[in-house]
Amino acid sequence: MATESIEVPVIQPGHTYTTVSDQVNDVILKRGTSKGWIGAIGFASLLTLVLVTSLGMLFYRGTGIWGLNNTIAWGFAIVNFVWWVGIGHAGTLISAILLLFRQEWRTSINRFAEAMTVFAVAQAGMFPIVHTGRPWLAYWLFPYPNMMNMWPQFRSPLLWDVFAISTYATVSILFWYFGLIPDLATLRDSADNKYVKQIYGIFSLGWRGAARHWSTHFRAYLLLAALATPLVVSVHSVVSFDFAVSAIPGWHTTFLPPYFVAGAIFSGFAMVITLAIPIRKLYGMEDFITRRHLDNMAKVMLSTGLIVFYAYIMEIFFAWYSANPYEQFMIFNRMTGPYAPFYWALILCNGIIPQLLWIKRLRTNLAILFVIAIIVNIGMWLERFIIVVTSLTRDFLPSSWSTYAGTIWDWGLYIGTMGFFLLLLLLFLRALPMINVFEMREMIHHLAHKEGEH
Amino acid sequence: MSKSPIYGLMAKFDTPEAVIEASTRTRAAGYTKIEAYTPFPIEALNDVLGYRPIIQYLVLIGGLVGAFSGFALQYYASVVSYPIIVGGRPFNSFPAFVIVIFELTILFAAFAAVFGTLGLSGFPHPYHPVFNAPGFDRASKDKFFLCIEAEDIRFDLVKTKAFLESLNPEDVSEVEP
Repeated sequence: MATESIEVPVIQPGHTYTTVSDQVNDVILKRGTSKGWIGAIGFASLLTLVLVTSLGMLFYRGTGIWGLNNTIAWGFAIVNFVWWVGIGHAGTLISAILLLFRQEWRTSINRFAEAMTVFAVAQAGMFPIVHTGRPWLAYWLFPYPNMMNMWPQFRSPLLWDVFAISTYATVSILFWYFGLIPDLATLRDSADNKYVKQIYGIFSLGWRGAARHWSTHFRAYLLLAALATPLVVSVHSVVSFDFAVSAIPGWHTTFLPPYFVAGAIFSGFAMVITLAIPIRKLYGMEDFITRRHLDNMAKVMLSTGLIVFYAYIMEIFFAWYSANPYEQFMIFNRMTGPYAPFYWALILCNGIIPQLLWIKRLRTNLAILFVIAIIVNIGMWLERFIIVVTSLTRDFLPSSWSTYAGTIWDWGLYIGTMGFFLLLLLLFLRALPMINVFEMREMIHHLAHKEGEH
Repeated sequence: MSKSPIYGLMAKFDTPEAVIEASTRTRAAGYTKIEAYTPFPIEALNDVLGYRPIIQYLVLIGGLVGAFSGFALQYYASVVSYPIIVGGRPFNSFPAFVIVIFELTILFAAFAAVFGTLGLSGFPHPYHPVFNAPGFDRASKDKFFLCIEAEDIRFDLVKTKAFLESLNPEDVSEVEP
């Protein structure tokens, strides 16, 4: 372990406070707007237009344009909601849990992982709201004194979800912005353009790096991490309650919360790897996001993938051991029924293919790692599809059995959110420092001390 | 001497070690109205300058307020204002209330952490005299500054300047108010 960490450092040697600050900020201030970025924005905007069209059509015609029917009342909207929320989890895990464990390698990837969290949760939040069918009444979800003299049902997991997701979104944004303040001050001080300086000046709130302010900021940042840590575990647990508290075969199990949380971290790390590999290349950040980071993230993906694979096997065991014919039929139907190809594709994507990461030669090959990460992203979407749809298509009464497939509007909404996510991410890369610069300087300071002790 | 027309004297250093050393010696010389400006948090400066953050108490209060309001909200809604029997369970079915209580605890504590920090630091504070110090734009990048403010009772433009010069800074400058 020790020799390995010397081989591939978390930051290439020779970097000083000046070089890290300049290299990250020059992307925003000096390099200008590249043609590739404009092209990517165009592509992302086009997909966002698909989202707007799908939403417009939905508002005009209602949820009837989706593939839902009486038997399968939860379809793409819930699948995509769970998928996007899960992706967000890696950002909070990297920024909060790894901070508390003093994993210094997290420093260069936490900023854009947090950005990814905020943008992914924004996509996720859209789905339950449009899924209500009358999104203009979405504020009924919140408890507020109203003329109807009614209150929400606090014993319902769906209401818990409202609180969990809105708290998660709020805390993620606060955490992200709080860490950005000193970096915005650096941008304010480095900018030459008067208006650019003013904009960063407004958002940096007048940060001047006083030791008194740092002492409070540092402690508050740790406290926020300590608050975000149980929060991130709770969010996907609460999402899983939406399923587990119901009495549907395949959903009604106690192990759903840990299974969902592991799946969320698995898919989130897959997305961070999917984004980190091209971004470090395109923006020349190989010195900061080194192969060590990618290797570590691949290991986290592998280990959470093993938990998820274990959950798939336990699901089968529980169904058999419950001696409940409906549970047993549900698993049998998953493996051999109309959605069997999806089920086996999911086992292949999430269970079998990630095992390649055991081999160091494959794990350190960026092209292969990138492909595996994308396969995991697809696999995690299939997992949610299997959970939501297969349990509903074959319920207790054969007379109500039905099948489900997404319509063009379901797909439009899903692909559209990917475009909107990409659009937000591109704007972030252009306007905000993608790497937490003050923590990078702090890390250089610590590394210099470590070398001094030898 | 406190009627000095300037905000203070600012010394610039190249390394964190130098500013820690300089702060220690300035403290030892009896100056109290001093402040260091650095591009990243340096824990050693908290000891030297005697900073003990109190933000954790605000976060604790925020969390307790969140927990209490979470319970109060659900109790009022489910027991007092809109009692409705679900599956024969008691109106105050508090085990079901735990999740919303938890979420509001985290939410209020996080608000306390962020807005508490901003409040304690006096932000937003767009203008401050120290921004007038020459080269201060590097304080957020790669230089380390120490300022002795003119309000300090021991402050004397000539003597304090000489003292700061003796700390081996890169330069010493007067800060316009």
